[in-house]
Amino acid sequence: MTLTAIPTKPWAKSSSDRVRDLVFAILSMAITYLIVAVTPMKGKLAYAILLFFSYAAITGGYSFVTRGAPAAKDAVVKSLVAIGAVFTILPIASIIFTVLKNGLPGIHLSLFTTDMSLATPTDPIATGGLLHAITGTLTMVILALIMSVPIGILTALYLTEINGKFSGPIRFLVQAMSGVPSIVAGLFILSAVLYPITKAYSGLMGSLALTILMIPTIARTSEEVLRLIPNDLREAGTALGGTQWRTVAMIVLPAARSGLMTAVILGIARIAGETAPILLLTGGGDKVNPNAFNGPMGSLPYYIWKSFNAGSPEALTRAWAGLLVLMLLVLVLFVLARALSTRKVSK
Amino acid sequence: MIQTPESEKEMSTSAQPSSLASVANAKSARTQPSQASGTGLEARGIHAWFGKNHVLADVNLEFAAGSVTALIGPSGCGKSTFIRTINRMHEFIPGAAMAGEVLLDGKDVYASGVDVTKIRLQIGMVFQKPNPFPSMTIGENVLSGLKLAQLKVENKDELLESCLVRAGLWNEVKDRLDAHGGSLSGGQQQRLCIARALAVSPQVLLMDEPCSALDPGSTLRIEETIRELSDTMTIVIVTHNMQQAARVSDYTAFFLSDGGPGEMIEVARTSEIFSQPKDQRTENYVTGRFG
Repeated sequence: MTLTAIPTKPWAKSSSDRVRDLVFAILSMAITYLIVAVTPMKGKLAYAILLFFSYAAITGGYSFVTRGAPAAKDAVVKSLVAIGAVFTILPIASIIFTVLKNGLPGIHLSLFTTDMSLATPTDPIATGGLLHAITGTLTMVILALIMSVPIGILTALYLTEINGKFSGPIRFLVQAMSGVPSIVAGLFILSAVLYPITKAYSGLMGSLALTILMIPTIARTSEEVLRLIPNDLREAGTALGGTQWRTVAMIVLPAARSGLMTAVILGIARIAGETAPILLLTGGGDKVNPNAFNGPMGSLPYYIWKSFNAGSPEALTRAWAGLLVLMLLVLVLFVLARALSTRKVSK
Repeated sequence: MIQTPESEKEMSTSAQPSSLASVANAKSARTQPSQASGTGLEARGIHAWFGKNHVLADVNLEFAAGSVTALIGPSGCGKSTFIRTINRMHEFIPGAAMAGEVLLDGKDVYASGVDVTKIRLQIGMVFQKPNPFPSMTIGENVLSGLKLAQLKVENKDELLESCLVRAGLWNEVKDRLDAHGGSLSGGQQQRLCIARALAVSPQVLLMDEPCSALDPGSTLRIEETIRELSDTMTIVIVTHNMQQAARVSDYTAFFLSDGGPGEMIEVARTSEIFSQPKDQRTENYVTGRFG
């Protein structure tokens, strides 16, 4: 004879606990409102801070009365942590909301089929489009990828597989390089390549600067990924008579494939919205320019900057729409990176 | 299962030290004359260091062609370090150093001008933890040594089958050679690693505690495999399981470190080591008085 057991969670919050939490929340809101109404403290910030303090005080006080001082400390820290999380999400949520609100009116189909060569930023929204900026950004990102992925991954391989005398200094320099302000990379290419050699704006100049910014991201992420590959596999490869290079190419890199993909996508996300070097180096044309080696090339950040500078209501809407497109582009890349990095790796 | 009823009975009474000797005796009675070729393997005066730490001192061991030699001894006595000096895996550890000679068919594997990748093709290795290559299928895993060493083989399918048969895995995987190696159980993965080592047809197979991560059933399968392989190659196996040493090996070497570098205390036929060891320390160890 079998007894039917009902799964329960005795440790979960009971309904009376939930009611109590709700009462505390309402109570702290009421207290906040009261204080704002009575004292000279005003504004959204005052509401937020007072809400936090009153909620912490109420839950802390309740815990102190029912379970003593350690429980009170626990309750206060808990609400502190929760508030911290909320404060992290707030700016991001606010940015997304603002960009959506201001950008959506500027989104229309011809945005993705026409460029701005026959339109000025102050023309009505429906004329002209983003095509030149999207193609320009994509061209420069792809060029930067072609240059930085091999360099970044080879650097990571040097740091993990060869691990020679220079590993320490190289790791230090790569880390320092990831802190280089993007305008410095832009000025470097301007003075070292554009002025002395090509003497003209082009997409290539922009992607050179982007490469400088992308290499450290790819190298550092790849290094971490390669470090996670168990040493057993390298030993097994060499014990089977493989040279180090064959072992790395046949076993280590394939085993790290999804992680390396993440490294590349994080690199792209790092540079897709870079503005400073683009302003200095690309010339920012309004026409679709398929040739990255000759002539000015538009890009999303440049388009946004230019439209904001134009100042008219139409131009501002254009800028917000550009921002929205750029953010969607970066968002897609991040989602892709997460999907690739969390994909099941067969052991 | 080749396991005879007698030896199974012996294993079930494993608590009695005397049974180890009778297991070893039963094994030596079973042993067939070997058909392995070559003059075998010899280690002369092997020392090993990690940085300034002297971990192994003056080990002299001869491995007859076609024999199975078990290395036993407590943890940290240098058994694994010793077998890693044989196929030159020792040098991958930063700060490692060594002295002595390892002669394979009379030639020192550490002589200058020796192609170390060729040495590792002749002296294969199976590791403690099963480590099939994660990005490859079962079939690709078995043949990976050929690709790594860039060897050409006439009939790959035949080689694939013969390696898996010899490793005792063929019947379990023949219908799913395209599955990933990670989809196998731990014991199957270890036999896959053995098949992988066999594919480049080594003369010598080093096994570093190959069964320590496996259940008793898988361990038995691998021991059968070892016995079958010993007809055609020289096998050196490190083990902490004295039952296993008694069951599979022809010779047993006892290693010990008394605080200083590890040393080889004694080597003899396995039946002697477990019945009448010459050294008191060996007797203490095999009878379970320490270690």
